[in-house]
Amino acid sequence: MFDFKVVTDWIDTLLRVQLGLPNFWTLAIEFILVGVAFLAAYAVLALILIYVERKICAFFQCRIGPNRVGKWGILQSIADMIKILLKEIISIDRSDKVLFVLAPFFVIMGSILTFAALPFGKGLHAIDFNIGVFYLIAVSSLGIIGILLAGWSSNNKYTLIGAMRSGAQLVSYELSAALALMTVVVFAGTMQLSQIVEKQAEVWNIFNGIAAIPAFIAFVIYLIAGHAETNRGPFDLPEAESELTAGYHTEYSGITFGFYYLAEYMNMFIVAAIATTVFLGGWQPLHISGWEGFNQVMDYIPSVVWFFGKTAVCIFFALWVRWTFPRLRIDQLLKFEWKILMPISLINLLLMALVVTLL
Amino acid sequence: MDNSIIKKKILSVVPDAIIEETQFITATIPSDKLREVALCLKNDKELQFDYLQDLIGMDWGETLGVIYNLFSTSNNQQQVVLKTSTTNKENPELHTVSDIWNSATLYEREVYDFFGIKFINHPGLRRLFLRADWNGYPLRKDYDTDAKKNPIPKRNQTIEDMETTETLTLTNEGVVGGSFQLFDDKEYIVNMGPQHPATHGVLHLRVSLEGETVKKIDPNFGYIHRGIEKMCEGYTYPQILHLTDRLDYLSGTINRHAVCLCVEKAIGLEVPERAHYIRTILDELTRIASHLLGWGCMCMDMGSITAFVYGMRDREKIMDIFEESGGGRLMCNYSVIGGVSHDIHPNFIQRIRDFIPYMRKMLKEYHILFTENPIARGRMNDIGYLTTEQAISYGVTGPSGRASGWMNDVRKLAPYAAYDKIKFEPMMRTEGGTFERYIVRLDEVEESLKMLEQLIDKMPEGEYCAKTKAIIKIPEGEYFQRVENARGDFGVYISSKGDKNPYRVKFRSPCMTLVSALSPITCGEKIADLVMIGASLDYVIPCIDR
Amino acid sequence: MEERSIGMEIKNIHIPNMKNEDFNDNEYLEKYVEELRKNGTNIVVGKLSDFINWGRSNSVWPLTFATSCCGIEFMCVGAARADFARFGWEVTRNSPRQADVVFVAGTIVHKMAPVLKRLYDQMAEPKYVIAMGGCAISGGPFKDSYHVVKGVDEIIPVDVYIPGCPPRPDAVLYGMMQLQRKIKLEDYFKLPQKPVIK
Repeated sequence: MFDFKVVTDWIDTLLRVQLGLPNFWTLAIEFILVGVAFLAAYAVLALILIYVERKICAFFQCRIGPNRVGKWGILQSIADMIKILLKEIISIDRSDKVLFVLAPFFVIMGSILTFAALPFGKGLHAIDFNIGVFYLIAVSSLGIIGILLAGWSSNNKYTLIGAMRSGAQLVSYELSAALALMTVVVFAGTMQLSQIVEKQAEVWNIFNGIAAIPAFIAFVIYLIAGHAETNRGPFDLPEAESELTAGYHTEYSGITFGFYYLAEYMNMFIVAAIATTVFLGGWQPLHISGWEGFNQVMDYIPSVVWFFGKTAVCIFFALWVRWTFPRLRIDQLLKFEWKILMPISLINLLLMALVVTLL
Repeated sequence: MDNSIIKKKILSVVPDAIIEETQFITATIPSDKLREVALCLKNDKELQFDYLQDLIGMDWGETLGVIYNLFSTSNNQQQVVLKTSTTNKENPELHTVSDIWNSATLYEREVYDFFGIKFINHPGLRRLFLRADWNGYPLRKDYDTDAKKNPIPKRNQTIEDMETTETLTLTNEGVVGGSFQLFDDKEYIVNMGPQHPATHGVLHLRVSLEGETVKKIDPNFGYIHRGIEKMCEGYTYPQILHLTDRLDYLSGTINRHAVCLCVEKAIGLEVPERAHYIRTILDELTRIASHLLGWGCMCMDMGSITAFVYGMRDREKIMDIFEESGGGRLMCNYSVIGGVSHDIHPNFIQRIRDFIPYMRKMLKEYHILFTENPIARGRMNDIGYLTTEQAISYGVTGPSGRASGWMNDVRKLAPYAAYDKIKFEPMMRTEGGTFERYIVRLDEVEESLKMLEQLIDKMPEGEYCAKTKAIIKIPEGEYFQRVENARGDFGVYISSKGDKNPYRVKFRSPCMTLVSALSPITCGEKIADLVMIGASLDYVIPCIDR
Repeated sequence: MEERSIGMEIKNIHIPNMKNEDFNDNEYLEKYVEELRKNGTNIVVGKLSDFINWGRSNSVWPLTFATSCCGIEFMCVGAARADFARFGWEVTRNSPRQADVVFVAGTIVHKMAPVLKRLYDQMAEPKYVIAMGGCAISGGPFKDSYHVVKGVDEIIPVDVYIPGCPPRPDAVLYGMMQLQRKIKLEDYFKLPQKPVIK
């Protein structure tokens, strides 16, 4: 299997040895390269996701979906991007100007920071913390600050209700999501993402013998809670169209709205990617013990393809749910979390601990 | 029950009442005695006129007055018409009946808006459709139509205008005027509408919230008030038909049917059997189309956009049938006075034959997709209960009323067209919750399919339209006609002086009463439920505003 | 010479699956170009502006705004059969801040007029208006009424008129394509002044 370390090492030696740059400059150049690469990947992935969602939604609804720009309408999100970049940004009278401008950046920062810590393939990992999972949980909650700020600073009653709903929802579901991830941390014995992935080389967590039971439960819980964290249907209460027009981002126009739009899609990707990394073996190919030939064939498929393939499946699942189910009500939503998901996650964590001690 | 009993009872309360007897009793009552008669008719054990179907403001020239169209829900739909009037045109005052029949609250505001008649003891008297700064009362005969008097406003209505409401209270010293604020200064008020994705048109709800809970709702209308009733007074009868389509556009065909029936009844025109059948088929198709849209919108309000698209997809099949025979999609323009404008397309019957099994299959899919969905059921169960008494008092007819256990299906109670020739059951539920209103609609689609099957089998050959005179003049008198449109009891009232134009036309909108029932059943629920309960009542705003 | 070049410019506008000759109101667009020229607006648009216009014309997000019957046909355009998602128009925004075009679907009455004006003002530039149906164009069947605005162009500037009562979904799609052509004609860097309505 191709290891991306080869590429990164080559760049590193190129800078250090052949160009003879001092340590500081090498690092600086490397940082910039990585940053640019991530921003580009972030934007491109979001655009692809927007297109995919619109197309998949169309198929669910017996429609065709975008098909006028490029083959199968494939350039649709580029057209959208051009449009949204050039739209007027309206400044709202009697709003809290500083917070109003700041809010979308919080949202987009939260999601970029999370995005940057994901292991995309073998050796394709920008930063490998030893507290990786903890970091992911921590920074992914930054977005909520942006949403609350947006709701408050817009000086609009709809945005305020949307933001309050969002706050309640995210704080609640964060717990279940974190507990679900903890279940795997207990099993793997590490928080480092690379090691969690490494340990799934032979068998993915959700198929791993007796531990598969709590792992699978945790996987389902994580998908639900993660889905709720991304504010998408059936948990799209903060921007519930039929009640709150556009929820917390009602007053945003142009690219500031575009930030929310991008972040919404990227959060969906991030949740799917974390689920992939933690539960579905990350970039590891599918191995079945005893089937040597099969395993070798699987190894020929590049790790990046595995990662994005699994993520795509999770995303498709999210879209399927989104376009099938109606929306929950706020009290049902909170009841579901505090009375059902949370207890199950806690018990599940206990179960996993039991499994680990018995093994 | 015999008309003579009602006559005797009315005369026992008011000896100087003038009573005319046709199929129903019309009693003209002095304005100061009206409340006593009303209370007697409502509360008398034998009479029980508990359903105020319509309240019609009138300008008779010398006098201004009101016509009350009452029905008894227990006594086999007995009808009584009360009339009262006042000669004081400068400052007309009548007594309110809004405490006797809840539906009168909005009706009286409408009369105030159009005729300037003030109702003593009304809970909040302000304009219903027009802005507070409007000059004149448009439905009075002496209204100045000069457009300069009421130019297009540049600014929105002020909050004070929307909130302050006048009252007239009867005290020992006589009638005292006053005013009060609808909302406290401390209340958190959210404006839903006029431009809002979930108000089904341009309804403007001012909602007072406490957290997510709805405390008080104040509906505002008139954002699509087109003055159709005033326009009708200047139009000939065939011209009026085109306006009725645009009242409740989702059951336009049925509304048009109602006016046709009313005019035909007035001029004593015999309509060919085939025309009756064609009209009935169109009515039922319209009903299915309307319920599909209503279902879709309700699902969309709950966040399930896919279900909405499915509803619209199947509705297109009906639009095709309309288009082929009538020429129009949404506005079919098919019924005319005397029958239908031209014969059906040769494919008509076959298309319906194909449509019936298709729709049955799709209904199953709807149930799997949405009715059985745990989230949808969780949202719909246990909220928005409307009791039978409330339904009758607020005049909530149609599927919403039937979901509360009130059998109010005009097709069954007072059959018209071909409804007496086919077998069908009015779809009923008793609980009156949101889910019942939802399911009654889907049941009705199924029942309508059964009716369509019978209708296309029985469709007779022959003429499709009776011959009418070039200019239709209705003999002097007053004519009522009720039909069951997709939202309930749609009534037409035509008052004629024998001309080719009517003297006064009033359409009884089933939607206005639906909105008036929104407030009592939603207070205390969540704001998300407000949207959904509204969708389950399935009102169409242009029908209210007319 | 002048005439020809205008004709050429309009010919250069490419709308997928529709030939230029298939559109009915080419003279109108020619007149529009001429008018813009007279007012000193540059029409010979550069490559960058072309690219921008390609993006803008293919991503026109409508505001969910409907007052009456035309609204139902507008919903039909969004539903399975007509599907305006094909043109990239399906992202209907509920907030006017995020919308590019408002379909005035239905009658506008006196009480609604200031509301519509405010909605239009709340929209971010560049914004467009489509008057859908007879009522929005001229008051339609209700032009005799005391409470109806005789055409929304009395309140806000209209870009495309779609006649019909209500217009069929196909007609709406055609109107949308006409708006796309209009957008493609404009120079993004010197957007034409909207007529001011008193």
